[in-house]
Amino acid sequence: MPETLVFYVLSGLAILASALVIGQRNPMYSVMLLIASFGALAGLYIQLDAPFVAVAQIIIYAGAIMVLFLFVVMLLNAPQEDAADWDRTHPLRQPGIARFGALLGLLLVVQLGWALMRASELDVPVAGRVDAETIGSVRQVGRVLFTDYMFAFEATSILILVAMVGAVVLARRETDQ
Amino acid sequence: MFNSSFDAVVPMLCVVLAALASMGAEAFRAKDEEMPIGGLGIVGLAGAGISSGLLWNRNAASFGVLVADNFALFVTLTLVIVGILTIMFSSQVLRRDQLPKGEYYALLLFSLVGMIMMAMANDLLIVFIALETLSLSVYVLTGIRRDDPKATEAAFKYFLLGAFSSAFFLYGIAFTYGLTGTTRLDQVGAYLAAQSMSDNPLILVALGLLLVGFAFKISAVPFHMWTPDAYEGAPAIVSGFMSTGVKAAAFAAFARVFLSSFEPFSADWAPIVWILAALTMILGTVVGVAQSNLKRMLAYSSIAHGGYLLVGLVAANQVGKAAILFYLLAYAVTNLAAFGVIALLSSREKETDELRDFAGLWHTHPALAALMTVCLLSLGGLPPTVGFIGKWYIFSAAVSAGYYGLAVIGVLTSVISVFFYLRVVVMMYMADRDASAPVPSQVTGLGMVALAASIVAIIYLGILPTPVLDLAAESIATIF
Repeated sequence: MPETLVFYVLSGLAILASALVIGQRNPMYSVMLLIASFGALAGLYIQLDAPFVAVAQIIIYAGAIMVLFLFVVMLLNAPQEDAADWDRTHPLRQPGIARFGALLGLLLVVQLGWALMRASELDVPVAGRVDAETIGSVRQVGRVLFTDYMFAFEATSILILVAMVGAVVLARRETDQ
Repeated sequence: MFNSSFDAVVPMLCVVLAALASMGAEAFRAKDEEMPIGGLGIVGLAGAGISSGLLWNRNAASFGVLVADNFALFVTLTLVIVGILTIMFSSQVLRRDQLPKGEYYALLLFSLVGMIMMAMANDLLIVFIALETLSLSVYVLTGIRRDDPKATEAAFKYFLLGAFSSAFFLYGIAFTYGLTGTTRLDQVGAYLAAQSMSDNPLILVALGLLLVGFAFKISAVPFHMWTPDAYEGAPAIVSGFMSTGVKAAAFAAFARVFLSSFEPFSADWAPIVWILAALTMILGTVVGVAQSNLKRMLAYSSIAHGGYLLVGLVAANQVGKAAILFYLLAYAVTNLAAFGVIALLSSREKETDELRDFAGLWHTHPALAALMTVCLLSLGGLPPTVGFIGKWYIFSAAVSAGYYGLAVIGVLTSVISVFFYLRVVVMMYMADRDASAPVPSQVTGLGMVALAASIVAIIYLGILPTPVLDLAAESIATIF
């Protein structure tokens, strides 16, 4: 049962890390823990025979999006919340906001429970419905990417080139004068 | 897969190569060396124009996601004209304002690539990539004068709101894919026509989200908030390019998606677009009257013209569809020339964009004042200019489709709009020049050629519109 063991270790890690994310006072730690949680989720995806989703999870979520988060945290200068006298007047501490957050959390729990109940009603187990070779394998994704979506793939390279040129134009140092 | 024809890519490829060449030219340029980078762009655009002409009536399709039908080619030719005129206006502006030439032309050409791609796209995914390509380039062009806080603010506002609207559009694509299992427009259309999905509320969600995405790009009310700020802050010539090129490309994709794929649901979306059109015409005109800044005024005028185009989309009959194409061309030439005059008159320190800057222009720049008058009359829709013919066809399409209300609103708002166009004319001819004001710079060279060509086109098409109208009618016959 090594696979089951790995599953429980990874899910335990993901849950623990996610729980710790919301328990931190320093948002920097929260972001770092979120990366750990994403990493554990990527492991779970590999177990589900979806290596492409796992790699995308690492590159896009743990990589690109977390960098974005870190920049936002830095720009907002949020570590001030770490101060010893916790600011009770901070907008995020107002009861209205907290209740709204609790409501959203409750909604998520209801939604997940409903989804789980629906899943058990299905006559075929969810894992059996997915043909591992057709969904999420790198080979399959690559094949589709370079046939059906070839033009989209090539056009995206122009888009990225535009983004690079634009970033250079807007951010470079003025040297001419 | 690979035996599919590459033909439809050729016009786009010409412009891509020109853009890459201008980047290369800038990179290998010696310091202080003058290079005709704009010329590269004109060559590439001419190539795109010629290849579009050769593809006419061929209905080429590439990779299953691009179609070069006559509709797309008509819009492509309009965009080529917009591109060439913009480059001609830009050469003087770039030298005067010392803007980075290579990067400016590269971004301009890349955004034209996105626009052409958008006109030819037969797949929602490609529409989105094209939309992002043209938007990103235009955001940067808006803020290319980095020492100007107003331009930076405009670029930032435009970027944030644009990114927001892209998300709406993307959600619309996702819902469409979820419902139909494809993003290909022809397959979406076939699926929606075959299945009776009218009881499925999700299709309305998809429609609504796509509508918001398009409405933002064509700056229809109430998604127009960014337009006056972006047009006022951007360099005048970039505003002209935005208001014509982006609008033409977005309208082409809008018409293709809504008039072909979502045609079975026209009973659902037509009333919404009716309201959007009415609001857009009214607000664009009424708020435009109150503006004292010419660029802002032209921004509101651009919003109002988007409303007239929406009327053609609501009418959705043969006349209406052909009228959209004709109007896009007419508006592109006219509006670009009007912004061109502002761009050419401005100086590095100050843009000549306040109404009072135009006082007594007749005495210092008689030719420019006359040219500007023709542009403004065409924008107002007075004969014998192309603006009159365009509006005439739009409103007659609305009447023949039974949308009398829209036609009445259109005519009334046109009459009101003449007031604020004529106010500029009165200012130029009747008001006395403020003696202390600096004399606007003289216009020479390519800019003047471009202006003259635009004016000839405005008047020629105003008197003899039939060949182009026939061409527009022929263009829509192939797809709708």
